[in-house]
Amino acid sequence: MRPYTWRTMLLEVGLLAAGVVFFIPFFVLFSVAFRNPDAAPGPLDATWPPNFDNLVTAWTSSAMGPALANSAIITVLSVVPMIVLSSAAAYPLARYTQAWSKGLFYFFVLGLLFAGQAATIPLYILIRDLGLMGTIWAVVLIHVGGAMPFGVFLYTTFLRELPRDYEEAAALDGCGGVKAFARVVFPLMRPITGTLLILQALGCWNDFFIPLIYLSSGSNLTAPLAVYSYVGTYTADWPLVFSALLISIAPILLFYLFAQKHIIKGFAAGLKG
Amino acid sequence: MTTVQDDASVVAARSVGQPGAAAPGPTTRRRRSRVGIRPPKWFVLPALVAYLVVVVVPNLQGFGYSFTTWDGLSPEFEWVGLDNFARVFDDRSSYGAMVNTVLLTLAVVVVQNVLGLLLALGLNTTVKSRYLLRLVFFLPVVLTAIVTGYLWTYLLNPRGTVNQILGALGLEGAQQDWLGDPGVSLWAVAAAIVWQGVGITMVIYLAALQNVPAELVEAAKIDGAGSFRRLMAIVLPLINGAVVINLMLTITGTLKQFDMVYAMTGGGPAGATETISTVIYKNAFTLLDFPLAIAQGVLLTLVVAVIAIAQIRLTRREI
Repeated sequence: MRPYTWRTMLLEVGLLAAGVVFFIPFFVLFSVAFRNPDAAPGPLDATWPPNFDNLVTAWTSSAMGPALANSAIITVLSVVPMIVLSSAAAYPLARYTQAWSKGLFYFFVLGLLFAGQAATIPLYILIRDLGLMGTIWAVVLIHVGGAMPFGVFLYTTFLRELPRDYEEAAALDGCGGVKAFARVVFPLMRPITGTLLILQALGCWNDFFIPLIYLSSGSNLTAPLAVYSYVGTYTADWPLVFSALLISIAPILLFYLFAQKHIIKGFAAGLKG
Repeated sequence: MTTVQDDASVVAARSVGQPGAAAPGPTTRRRRSRVGIRPPKWFVLPALVAYLVVVVVPNLQGFGYSFTTWDGLSPEFEWVGLDNFARVFDDRSSYGAMVNTVLLTLAVVVVQNVLGLLLALGLNTTVKSRYLLRLVFFLPVVLTAIVTGYLWTYLLNPRGTVNQILGALGLEGAQQDWLGDPGVSLWAVAAAIVWQGVGITMVIYLAALQNVPAELVEAAKIDGAGSFRRLMAIVLPLINGAVVINLMLTITGTLKQFDMVYAMTGGGPAGATETISTVIYKNAFTLLDFPLAIAQGVLLTLVVAVIAIAQIRLTRREI
């Protein structure tokens, strides 16, 4: 590493200034949400002492409690099968080197090219015909199927590089294919599982488009949908709206604060892949 | 996991085409690889079914229906050739949305990549606050896009934070109704999109910069190359892969942009921020004009696919 010179210090001051400017929207999010109606607003809408009544009102007047629970359920129900299905598929795809396994792998990867907009309406009709309109299963099914190309791609390319020794040892010990996968292969693929877990959990939690299409008319709102409908009702009342925004992203903010290193690494690793 | 590897068969399998590496006889390899690894082939089936049902079949249906009058309700529909696609280009709102999407994409791609690279260069030094700053710049990436959209709707309203700051700096002349003026609203939306996404661009550049040998840059410095020369002649060619990935991610991401626009302007004022995705949504679920929406979806899918293929070719990755 190069030494810390006066030029580095100048750079540090400049970057810190950029960081402060960059942070202003967050600061405003908190200061508007905690606005004290009896105090004169200072710079960037800050009031002192902060008032937490808006948070309480937003919680009781919105459907945010059930929506957070719903988002959590949808995220878990989507991410677990994403990981199980794509890791399992990757095992034979990576270990057999015949034409069928290579072809099937390319067939999965082809899905990465499809943005999905051409499929929106046919999928909508399919979900309607299956009778899943308004249920969380519509969203779960679409999340899981849509995640297969990325998951299969990451797991298969990783597993191809992984030596077969452990599996051979397991086979010699009499482990069948299923057991070898569960006991040996899946644990060895932990780095990919971690990356997928982070990317897909955030993706499911933050998803707006699919819940908007399938859940907005029913009672199964997700957190982003509850925010959307709350803003529609309380447009002009920014302190209430911002309190609702804050509640809806609280789980993400906590997750980010505790796992930021893994999250940043996961994004860098996953998106490069 | 590749460092200590004295199992000859594995080394051989992984070093094909590397003369000089351990070269055991073919018999060894064949014998070892026969040691019963038999992954169950049916393991592929559940993933394949989910993929076919959710991705493959609906996409094929979409491409097929885009040449018909299919409306999702009546079982009878007729073949109309390229009529739906002709409508995409005739329809004024649809044409405007395509122009907006291209302008928005250009703005976001340029600004986000320049800013992201500058931040990465700044944080790839010995500054003491680099981990804290990385945390701050990355934070918006994990936020729900519509939450970011509403946050920026407030910041950009006529009496909002941006105009407050401009006023405090004595720049009253620069104050705008950012989201209400059709002349600036698209650029205001672009600013919010960049704020949300610049962290991921920065992190990808940062990861690439950390692999650039410091000696190379130092040597160029000794040879008298200025910092801009060093960036253009040495650093950028070495992080070429990251540049391509970031360009493609920002291009495809902005071409598909829906959430932020929908939350901030809903496509207004007067269609000034309408993008292809918001128009598809409106045509499909408000106007119920399925043939037009499907044709637009097919076009967007094709454009994004072409760019994704270009990415694979440019980075020349083996898959």
